[in-house]
Amino acid sequence: MDQKQNFTKGFIKENPVFVLLLGLCPTLGVTTSAINGMGMGLATLFVLVMSNLVVALIKDYIPDKVRIPAFIVIIASFVTIVELTMQAYTPALFEALGLFIPLIVVNCLVLGRAEAFASKQSLASSLIDGVGMGLGFTFALTLLGAVREILGSGAFFGMKLLEGDLMLVFVLAPGAFIALGYLIALSNKLNKA
Amino acid sequence: MASKRESTFLNMVLTLFIVAAVAALALGGVYTVTKEPIAIAKQKKLEAAIKAVLPDFDTIITKKVPEAVGSDSLTFYYAEKGGEQIGVAIKTYTNSGFSGNIEIMVGLLIDGTISNTSVLSHKETPGLGDKMDKKKSDFPDQFMGKNPNEFSLKVTKDGGQVDAITAATITSRAFCDAVQRAYDAFEEEKK
Repeated sequence: MDQKQNFTKGFIKENPVFVLLLGLCPTLGVTTSAINGMGMGLATLFVLVMSNLVVALIKDYIPDKVRIPAFIVIIASFVTIVELTMQAYTPALFEALGLFIPLIVVNCLVLGRAEAFASKQSLASSLIDGVGMGLGFTFALTLLGAVREILGSGAFFGMKLLEGDLMLVFVLAPGAFIALGYLIALSNKLNKA
Repeated sequence: MASKRESTFLNMVLTLFIVAAVAALALGGVYTVTKEPIAIAKQKKLEAAIKAVLPDFDTIITKKVPEAVGSDSLTFYYAEKGGEQIGVAIKTYTNSGFSGNIEIMVGLLIDGTISNTSVLSHKETPGLGDKMDKKKSDFPDQFMGKNPNEFSLKVTKDGGQVDAITAATITSRAFCDAVQRAYDAFEEEKK
């Protein structure tokens, strides 16, 4: 697999949300609007890239039996850094994402990439993998958020397209499942073609 | 690729110790840097919430005041302008919302008249209960300028004077409950 494939696989072939179905808890929870989805995606992207980097960097010094605790400490540290930074500089976004930021720690996507990819590959490959996967995740969350925002509140990135509320179910939890289901179906169709 | 370090007891303890120590140092550094901006952001948010419910002021004095009924306490923010008290913003709450707690900031003038209200946090249904928020409907406007002394803080269905939000009577009741709680504590405190 060359580096270009390594980078683009996160978008379509191995999209974390639509194909690998990883990290669905924040996916379903925060995507009530496109901007929330994007904020969550970018926060995860940062954690993913940094943890992939550090794990790839120190993988040779970590004894096998304690690698998972070591990875978790690394991931949790980066999540806390993101949380504090957001709280300080983007309080409005922090308010909207709130509970889900600390939950990036248990996002299977981050640990999954650290364990399955970064702990076995070179530094450069891990970096590219992290960026690709993170962007794929951000793309999926923004798309899902946009679909739910348009159908639910008739708006796109906070801009009102239509007056009043539309199908409110899409802003609520059931709408998240329905919208995600259709998007997964669509991505399956595209991947087969 | 260099061979991995062996999983001997000493290696494992040492590795985890170093990883944890480096993480702790990094977090300590970030915490120190962000401590002040976080405090400022919180303070700004609070001031904005108080500003939304009271007329112009220059000083805020914070005080914890026990509830009239029950054992909890509410936070009173006394607002002063030029050394003269102009009103108090009360952070009040209710547990009887349709889905969980609702936190509301209520601004009362010296004589107990409601200056304005603002919803701080809630989990009500979008499209129905969330209309109690000023941004979504004019439901909260009917409280402005009313004194709970003579204005019955109950929905019309219950014999009061508040027009409930259509299809969200429970939320409307909860909103009244929160405002009443603030007013009761305010009256109790004056005695």
